[in-house]
Amino acid sequence: MTAQTKQETKNYKNVICTFCGALCDNLQVTVEGNEIKKIRKACAISKSKFKNALNHRTKPMIKGRETSYNRVIDKASQILAQSKNPLVYGLSSTTVEGQKAAIKLTEAIGGNIDSTSSVCHGPGTLSKQLSGMVSSTLGEVKNRSDLLIFWGANPVEAHPNHSRRYSMLAEGLYIDQRSDRESIVIDVRKTPTAKLADSFYQVRPNQDFEILMSLRQMLKGKDIPGKRIGGLSKLALKKLLTKMKEARFGTLFFGMGLTMTRGKYMNTWAAMNLVKELNDVTRFVIIPMRGHGNVAGSEITMAWNTGYPFSVNFNRGYPRYNPGEYSAVDMLARKEVDAAFIIASDPVANLPAGVVDYLKKIPLIVLDPHKNLTTEIADVVIPTGIKGITMPGTVYRMDHVPLELRTVLPQQWPGDEQAIEKIGERIQS
Amino acid sequence: MIKIENAIIYDPINEKNGTNDNIWIKDNKIVSPPSQGKVAEMKKKGQLTTIDASGKMVMPGGIDIHSHIAGPKVNSGRVLRPEDHRGDTIPRRNQLRSGVGKTVPSSFVIGYRYADMGYTTVMEAAGPPLKSRHIHEEFADLPFIDKGILVLSGNNYFVMKYIKENDYQSLKDYLAWLIDVTGGYGLKLVNPGGVEAWKEGNELIGIDTRGTSFGISPAEIMENLARASEELGLPHPVHIHTNNLGHPGNYQTTKNIINLLKDYRAHITHIQFSSYGSNQDDPIKFRSESGEIASLIDNTEGITVDIGQIVFGDVTTMTADGILEYNLHKLSGNKWVNTDVEMETGSGIVPMNYSSNNTVNTIQWATGMELFLKIKNPWKVFLTTDHPNAGPFTAYPHIIKLLMDNDFRQQLIEEMPDKMKDYTDIANLNREYSLFEIATITRAGQARALGLDKKGHLGPGADADITIYPGLEQVDDIEKVFANPEYVIKDGEIVVRNSEIIERLVPGKTLMTKPDYDKDIVNKMRGDFQKYYSISIDNYPVTDKYLKNFEVIPCR
Repeated sequence: MTAQTKQETKNYKNVICTFCGALCDNLQVTVEGNEIKKIRKACAISKSKFKNALNHRTKPMIKGRETSYNRVIDKASQILAQSKNPLVYGLSSTTVEGQKAAIKLTEAIGGNIDSTSSVCHGPGTLSKQLSGMVSSTLGEVKNRSDLLIFWGANPVEAHPNHSRRYSMLAEGLYIDQRSDRESIVIDVRKTPTAKLADSFYQVRPNQDFEILMSLRQMLKGKDIPGKRIGGLSKLALKKLLTKMKEARFGTLFFGMGLTMTRGKYMNTWAAMNLVKELNDVTRFVIIPMRGHGNVAGSEITMAWNTGYPFSVNFNRGYPRYNPGEYSAVDMLARKEVDAAFIIASDPVANLPAGVVDYLKKIPLIVLDPHKNLTTEIADVVIPTGIKGITMPGTVYRMDHVPLELRTVLPQQWPGDEQAIEKIGERIQS
Repeated sequence: MIKIENAIIYDPINEKNGTNDNIWIKDNKIVSPPSQGKVAEMKKKGQLTTIDASGKMVMPGGIDIHSHIAGPKVNSGRVLRPEDHRGDTIPRRNQLRSGVGKTVPSSFVIGYRYADMGYTTVMEAAGPPLKSRHIHEEFADLPFIDKGILVLSGNNYFVMKYIKENDYQSLKDYLAWLIDVTGGYGLKLVNPGGVEAWKEGNELIGIDTRGTSFGISPAEIMENLARASEELGLPHPVHIHTNNLGHPGNYQTTKNIINLLKDYRAHITHIQFSSYGSNQDDPIKFRSESGEIASLIDNTEGITVDIGQIVFGDVTTMTADGILEYNLHKLSGNKWVNTDVEMETGSGIVPMNYSSNNTVNTIQWATGMELFLKIKNPWKVFLTTDHPNAGPFTAYPHIIKLLMDNDFRQQLIEEMPDKMKDYTDIANLNREYSLFEIATITRAGQARALGLDKKGHLGPGADADITIYPGLEQVDDIEKVFANPEYVIKDGEIVVRNSEIIERLVPGKTLMTKPDYDKDIVNKMRGDFQKYYSISIDNYPVTDKYLKNFEVIPCR
């Protein structure tokens, strides 16, 4: 390598990875020139995301043709200005700054705004609205929790560093070593997390509600009919409950195995009530294993801006909230919206086929740093920065701890916030 | 410049009690009257705005020393209660953003409603340090008012560790560092020691038990923090939510705390909840002990209090006192949120309703009212509802009427359960607050207790935060007068005109303080921090990105 081509090397410490809701903030990243050369302390998913950050980038496109940034902003403004009932959707993978801009824009155009929460952990938030939720930050779990239950959650694959940083393998203030805490997995199949745990309870699909309600009954000292519930013997349930009661500080982590299976919000409602009631005998908390890097932030930002966590409609100039009525999937399924602005999300890959068919028929704008199935069918594609790599901002961890992102590479396109603000300004003018 | 002409001024700090005078404003400050030549010149150039305040009452902008307005707890309350917002909607109007109201309004709406009521400065009552970035984010969307954060510090790992190790210097450095990196204004102690006990699964009674793994008592925590707060020269002294809050018989604990801290300055917040006697043999179990508490406050020099007055209707209780919310949940059966924050604090939320038909609730109401009426020195007692715990802040005009109008008060008491009178003596108190006293308990006294020298008065050099109310002769209802000021001026800008808020968002400032400390404390803390927190100490401080519009209030 000659002196002329030798690139400057920069080392960044305590870098935050934004790819899952665990938001590890201890990555070490080495950058040479404009290239990420080394990533330390990251999980396999994170490493690959960082390494491939600059691949598969979007470009400004209208109807599949590359054009200028200005033109895509103009076109997006036109579509939203002409729409009678637009939908703004996604939000979970953008920053708080992007989310705030999206809410302001939706309010200005009198549209609907919803996040991926409504097809993911949203039911957990609905049950919180019914029963409340006894929870804690992840550091509390690390420091105090001597019993961990993962229910319908598989962090080894979905949040790979969760175990080491916060839960099963973590050491904390009152937990010196792994043997000081017991971990239990409750799931329909023996997941990699179940293999790492001390014990595994295999339950029958779609019977979580029955099991949770039985545990609540037994906690109240009442008997339950039958010998087996949801694939578990009464004896096994009794043993499980005894462990819960005897824990000094128990934690129930739940995943989409509870929120998106039969019963949905009633499953998490039962789990939250069980945890609440366990606090009559010991300390117990429940924590949702949120998936996307800033999906918790989307609910938080929506709440201080509108009073509600998702599924908000601005047709009347003020926020109205009604999941089922104003949630994205339902509105698309009923063909109630006539344009969609997707922010940092890939609904074509994740939403039901009928909904995707309708998305293809209406004017569709996508703001995303990377190509995905939705950018493939979009009428307008707006490129943007990559949060935590080329785009700064704020994100909230699954336990609502806020973190400030820094950047390790220079930004090529204006970020989410700037793009959305520009669209808003053009609509106003 | 702005001239407020012919004002009837209530400015207790400058001893103006209904004085007829003019007020001059240049940029964002109140100034001395300019020379006649200068006035003529400004008139000629059209640079003088005159507000005719003939017959109108003018006071400094209102100040709220204790209100839950922003941050994780408030926001969790918003998410928890869609039923709270539904009936109270605020549409977008020009550049004013839309939102929802009732007991836990959205951020923008909190700003509108404080300003609409003539309030210009509000302290967020309880900031969990680890999540202080969140509070600043909400502050950016909370227009029209200045605000600051009282940082939770009564149950922090490093506080208890350094006290246990008798390392007072490190304790002081840690507290100063904490205020610095969170962008905080003062130290808030919530059930000191008791929240850690709750996290460990125990309950502490009184202030002398060493009931946590740290082996120190609440009294030791309070005394060390009161001393540190003074030696750091913080503008506002330690701000204390007492131990055993809400329990029958807790007035003894409160008296013990006041006596413990009698050589320091201290502020005891929502003291209504801490002034209960115990009636073990009686079905009601408790009674008001306002008399002893009031006379102790009057006779202890460094102590100020705010009331946390009960308002009948819906509330959303929220506090860092985790076990208190557990108890309220058990008592009411209502939904319950709890969030323990590692190394620092707990917190909880329970929606409640205070009813004027419920004997217990009316005793609580009477306890607050009695404290207002029995504490003789108005510089020691401030109007709060511990929003949204005892009532929403929008009830202040109603409470002012209760304090100023004995007939109105007695009429309400008449409608309450007779039994209430067996546990209180509110029906025998006839004191009526004067406008001067109201100005003291809603702005002047609060400014002094907060160490805000440029607020709470209308003398030259003061911040131009001014409220112009209609005169009592013009609107014959005290409540309406205080609910609908005709003009509110914030930092020299008219933000309420003809009782209507302007249709543009005017940001308020974030008030912070920056005590000196040995920066080496970070290295001292680093080992434990990296082991026991779940984020790096380097990602902990709130950076300038979140502090676009702030003022640093100097330490004493």
